[in-house]
Amino acid sequence: MSGRYARRRAANAAALGLSVVATGFGLAWLAWILWTLVRLGAEGLTWSLFTETTPPPGETGGLVNAIAGSLLLTALGTAVGAPLGILAGTYLSEYGRDGRLGSAIRFVNDVLLSAPSILIGVFVYESMVVPMGHFSGWAGGLALAVIVVPVTVRTTENALRLVPARLREAAAALGAPRWKIATRVTYRAARAGVLTGLLLAVARISGETAPLLFTALNNQFWSLDMNAPMANLPVVIFHFAMSPFEDWQRLAWAGALLITLAVLALNVLARSLVRRRRRETGA
Amino acid sequence: MSGATAAKIVVEELHFHYGRHHALKGIGLEIPDRRVTAFIGPSGCGKSTLLRCLNRIYQLYPRQRASGRVLLDGVDVLDPRLDLNLLRRRIGMVFQAPTPFPMSIYDNVAFGVRLYETLTDSELDERVEWALGKAALWDEVADQLRHSGESLSGGQQQRLCIARALAVKPDVLLLDEPTSALDPISTASIEALIHELKADYTVVMVTHNLQQAARIADFTALLYLGELVEIADTDTLFTRPADPRTEDYVTGRFG
Repeated sequence: MSGRYARRRAANAAALGLSVVATGFGLAWLAWILWTLVRLGAEGLTWSLFTETTPPPGETGGLVNAIAGSLLLTALGTAVGAPLGILAGTYLSEYGRDGRLGSAIRFVNDVLLSAPSILIGVFVYESMVVPMGHFSGWAGGLALAVIVVPVTVRTTENALRLVPARLREAAAALGAPRWKIATRVTYRAARAGVLTGLLLAVARISGETAPLLFTALNNQFWSLDMNAPMANLPVVIFHFAMSPFEDWQRLAWAGALLITLAVLALNVLARSLVRRRRRETGA
Repeated sequence: MSGATAAKIVVEELHFHYGRHHALKGIGLEIPDRRVTAFIGPSGCGKSTLLRCLNRIYQLYPRQRASGRVLLDGVDVLDPRLDLNLLRRRIGMVFQAPTPFPMSIYDNVAFGVRLYETLTDSELDERVEWALGKAALWDEVADQLRHSGESLSGGQQQRLCIARALAVKPDVLLLDEPTSALDPISTASIEALIHELKADYTVVMVTHNLQQAARIADFTALLYLGELVEIADTDTLFTRPADPRTEDYVTGRFG
């Protein structure tokens, strides 16, 4: 009996030790990545980063055209993709929950969710860039929208499903038609969750490179023309980091740090919304 | 207790299925106007299902279906051509757990009114005050109408839900175990309220609490395994039941 107990204690200690080592191993890489990013990126974080455009090699410059381009492309991607995703997520949760069409859409959406983003870039290249004859901000924004849709479909559906059925029943019992139940009651109850999903979708596309390489490409000059190639942080980083020029590499690290900080801020915001939702629903 | 009154709701040969499960097997009963009628019975006997047929709330779910007839003032509720939302406007419903909407107390009460009536601001204010007064909640919330409905206590939330149901001026009020999630003091206030409400409304309630049925119901129906065992005025059902199963149930021999 005591022999078995000793064995069990030893197994417990071994399992605990292995878990700690595995956790430490994983976190160490993350810490190393972040440390390198901050060390190399911080020295490039200067005021000129936000005032000057991307320079030719050997000259000083900043990233303002890429920052503006990224903001525009992300805004376009979100403005086109989010309403579609939220409406489709609403359909899945409020109308097609048990139907065959609903499960078919859910399946296709899951496939789209895990599709490699380079595929989406090539698709938009083929369907927009080739017919138009040139790279453009429109194509870049729409490629990002294609990535936003499945993410918001999923997060919206999940957030709406968390709303208790009795709330919908109570609204229906007052004679509210389905769309009023959804817009007046369910959306309000799931507000924080839907918004959180939206923020996570924005965070996701703000670092996407592959879809933009084939669509918005890059532009070394200041341009807000959506009909022309458009600079953006991920492609500039891709381009500059692989170059042999040290000042370009420095800008690439600074840009990477900027994206990381922006994504971090979005995630913190999303988390604080989730916490508020927990308090609201008492869950 | 009360003598014979006109029937507000007549249920005939009502069958109900959850998918393949046959939950109600040919229920027939009459629910009198302006009285409190209680459905009692052990868990799973079909009492909530029967209540949910009276306003067809089950239709939110695709695999649930009813057949037979449920006549409200002579009109068949189960008729598929009937406008469900107009029907539900006439029948208020309050659930087991309070269901305040995530909006202010005022907007909660005004929610149903705004769906079907175009009132001026002052008319709407009056209606909200009237409904909250009817639900014995006005004095407690008069100075916090803009606060969230979710900030109230459980008993207050349940009275808010009753006010919300009354605000659209229904004739029938369906209560599905309205006090089972509440403490004894809140329960007592809701029971007193139900007693008041029967002067103007036909109240149908489901309860798992026999004492509650004995305290506030004029008529009580016992359901067992999806069948109606007996419906009678409450005194008779509890003291001189016609069916031996009723006697066994009310004396605690099963259930």
